Amino acid sequence: MSLSNFMAFLPELVVLTGALILFVIALGENRVRAARLTALGTALAVLVTSLLCFGQEATLFHGAYRVDLFSQVLKLVFAIGFLLILLLSGGLTDIRKDVKPEYFLFLTLSVSGLLMLVSSVDIITLVIALEVSAFPLYLMVPMRRERTGQRVQMESAIKYVMFGIAANGIMLFGMSYLVGLTGTTSLPQMMTRLQPLMHTPLAIVGLALTFAGVFYKLAIFPFHFWTPDVYQGAANETAGLVASLPKVGGVAILIRFASLAAPDHRVVALLLAVLAVGSMFYGNLIALQQKDFKRLLGFSGIAHAGYAVVGFVALDQAGFSAAIYYITGYLLMVLACFVVICRVSRDGLNVGIEELAGLHRRAPLLAVTLAVGVFALAGIPPFVGFMGKLALLKAALAKGYLVLVVIAMVNAAIAVYYYLCVVREAWFRDPGDLPSIHLDWPTRTLCILLIGGILALGIFPARVLKTISSSIDEANLGPRSVPAAVIDDGRGGLVPGETRHLVQGVVP
Amino acid sequence: MSLSYNDTVLSLLIFSPLVAALVAGFIRSENGLRWFTLLVTAALAVFSLPLYSRFDPSTADFQFLINSEWIPALKIRYAIGIDGISLLLVLLTTLIMPLCVLASWRYITTRVREFMICLLVMETAMVGVFCALDFILFFVFWEAMLIPMALLIGVWGGPRKVYASLKFFVYTMSGSVFLLVAIIALYVQVDSWSIPEMMGRPYSEGFQRWVFLAFFISFAIKVPMFPFHTWLPAAHVEAPTAGSVLLASILLKMGTYGFVRFALPITPAAVQFFTPAIMWLSVIAIVYGGFTALAQTDLKKLVAYSSVAHMGFATLGIFALNKAGLEGAVLVMINHGITTGALFIVVGIIYERLHTRELDKTAGMGRNMPIFATFAGVFALSSLAFPGTNSFIGEFLVLAGGFQVSKSMMLFVVPGVVLAAAYMLRMLQRVAYGGTRNPDHSGVKDLCFREIATLTPLLVFVFWIGLHPAPFMRVMETSVQKVLQQAQAGAPVAATPPVAVLP
Repeated sequence: MSLSNFMAFLPELVVLTGALILFVIALGENRVRAARLTALGTALAVLVTSLLCFGQEATLFHGAYRVDLFSQVLKLVFAIGFLLILLLSGGLTDIRKDVKPEYFLFLTLSVSGLLMLVSSVDIITLVIALEVSAFPLYLMVPMRRERTGQRVQMESAIKYVMFGIAANGIMLFGMSYLVGLTGTTSLPQMMTRLQPLMHTPLAIVGLALTFAGVFYKLAIFPFHFWTPDVYQGAANETAGLVASLPKVGGVAILIRFASLAAPDHRVVALLLAVLAVGSMFYGNLIALQQKDFKRLLGFSGIAHAGYAVVGFVALDQAGFSAAIYYITGYLLMVLACFVVICRVSRDGLNVGIEELAGLHRRAPLLAVTLAVGVFALAGIPPFVGFMGKLALLKAALAKGYLVLVVIAMVNAAIAVYYYLCVVREAWFRDPGDLPSIHLDWPTRTLCILLIGGILALGIFPARVLKTISSSIDEANLGPRSVPAAVIDDGRGGLVPGETRHLVQGVVP
Repeated sequence: MSLSYNDTVLSLLIFSPLVAALVAGFIRSENGLRWFTLLVTAALAVFSLPLYSRFDPSTADFQFLINSEWIPALKIRYAIGIDGISLLLVLLTTLIMPLCVLASWRYITTRVREFMICLLVMETAMVGVFCALDFILFFVFWEAMLIPMALLIGVWGGPRKVYASLKFFVYTMSGSVFLLVAIIALYVQVDSWSIPEMMGRPYSEGFQRWVFLAFFISFAIKVPMFPFHTWLPAAHVEAPTAGSVLLASILLKMGTYGFVRFALPITPAAVQFFTPAIMWLSVIAIVYGGFTALAQTDLKKLVAYSSVAHMGFATLGIFALNKAGLEGAVLVMINHGITTGALFIVVGIIYERLHTRELDKTAGMGRNMPIFATFAGVFALSSLAFPGTNSFIGEFLVLAGGFQVSKSMMLFVVPGVVLAAAYMLRMLQRVAYGGTRNPDHSGVKDLCFREIATLTPLLVFVFWIGLHPAPFMRVMETSVQKVLQQAQAGAPVAATPPVAVLP
């Protein structure tokens, strides 16, 4: 391995070293503090190294592993998310005392899996990375403290593992078709070899089955069954992790697989569209009924995964970059909600919506964080949730999916109601006898970071969007969506003679 | 970039309230906050005045333009500028803001800082809506306004504030989701978010109808037009005085502004198709609003339903699609902002003294409050379009425009005009002179200096527009002419080629 290759691989090495140190720490007794500091140090180091390595390119391990702009953008996202989640976890109130160091170990291991996942361009590497990121999570769910009447975490963990393994099995089965058809496990080669075969039923079935594993990660209907139960059963901190980082990873591999079907594959697009519609309606309609805030976020998460898949329906670069942008924003929005859950929660118990009552008096900063997070999830400008939805819908409508876009917007309107109910509790109700909440400085920092991030990504996304779309270009994922005949005259106007897409279903 | 007044004024008007809101977050004293917000909004009002003198009324082009990149990856630009119509609305906004602060001086006693921050954020969004020339920028301001407004109603409102706030939010939001779809559909056709670029394009008629319907749902909810008006009384009644004033004076105008700025120039063919239906809806709104207002015993509800009727005049004028109608409609928008805003302040003054808005219990206040009765009288007369007041000019023009379209339809409007006189005079008679059941209000104090200062500017405008409307008509004339031209392009005769409006 040459030095430059080594440099490109540095973030992964750092996080693995961190995991090893944590393993040693976890061997001893009562080392929670040391473990927490080590994990924080690792997260910072990963962030710094992934910033340092930004822009490097390398191909490692005989072409199975590629470090490019695409993977580095996502690694940066993971590094930031890792740090935010550690700040969110705080003292791990609701994790069994004797396994707290192990909790940090598994968290770090899971992140290492995600970091490797986005660089894998060979499906064997990819599957291994996927498992490395998933298995620690299976173990973290049942680490919640036991108390009388609360053993729901075990049930959740079993559901999580069972569904996870079943989805993985289906995915592997689908991959075996793809490998059988093309005779290669390398994704770039598979892409070229699959092109002529892409319209055969076998290829479509193979791809559809492969998607299953990803849909499980993203909690797309009908692979969502674990979501609400795991959110509810896992400790608040763990649920925050499960809700955020793996979804970014899911979008990343979905891009890898969906680009196999690019540019124009009606059947795959239709499949994705149907699943998107199902997820949006299912998630939003059931979320209307929820009383537990985590369950509500679980169902809203299903709906948001549906929005992200709307971008994939376009099967082009614009749609893929919109999906990455959206899911990055979602990471911040959902963490903003989970900060509130973790801090409002009394002794680590789950938080009912009515327990948020009067939050604007009990902890103004938390109330603002919650409002920003929830309004962003609802897609109100100027937050990132709006810009993300706009980018997604624009990509889908540019390909003529008007009905899908209208359905997505109807869903956004439905969703507003339950998000508003959360805001209503926090802002319009009196606290009653609920205690006020003291925030330590890491929480304050976290809140301000999240609010700032949600606003900045919503108002000034120019750089981010540009980086994401050029990274997808470079990685050869999805064709450019802009028709060549359209030339921007530099003033936002068009020179005459541009091609015009006709919106299907509207123009007779 | 040079830093002349013309190049920076709009951006400063939009973003200085936001900066002020940040600063307000660090002010501790409640009185300090009130003075700070008052000074900021008053300074902005003064700062916006030269817009009028520097505006060139001889051209319909957008002026004070700024057009720079915002999000190149999505082709979204920061494009702002105003024409004669938006000029008047921007000035109305900057004028109303300091009055809102004054009207909340004693009314708001809890969480003053958050209240003032909400007001300032509202100003940013409202001015932004009237200035935006990029459709996404417009939509961002349009939606961003919902949050502070919902908070104004939901935190500082009356007993049913939560219900009213949620209803307002859900109603408006469900309208605007369709607006967003229409915007994206237009973008896909034009490949630009620029509003002037979208005007006058040869879209197919079917496409125009869909887009128009999406526009219509969104704007009709905001106006609100007849079947979509049910959120308005709830929101008005529960909102604090400043919230009611902002709703009535500015927010409702955004619906009609949307029709003028977007529906008429972008989808002219669909406008021709839907005009009769919308004119009838407007007539229904005028009559229905009048009858319902007549039946109210709560003063705020009365004024709220009178709003429905007045906005009916505005939409009637817009869709009459002739010069008198549209000029009248724009004037009605301004007049309604002044008169109804003033009436809500008047009702707020009563409420601060008596803690009730029931017509019976407020009867006879005028005997002990002569100054108040004078102000209330003038604004009530203005609201019923008494000759010599501002509303007379606007509604007269609208009716003149309407008669050019259909005489039989206007026959149905006449009862609406009479009803306006009935409900307003009934209110005035009770409040000023008392009725049969007349409580004793001898302990009530007349208006203080602050309250007089709040109402006087509005009083001046009532008579100014009423007696000498020329300065207001002058600036909008060419812009109105242009909108009409664009709307006529939808008539089956001929389609005009697209006009490049941005430089």
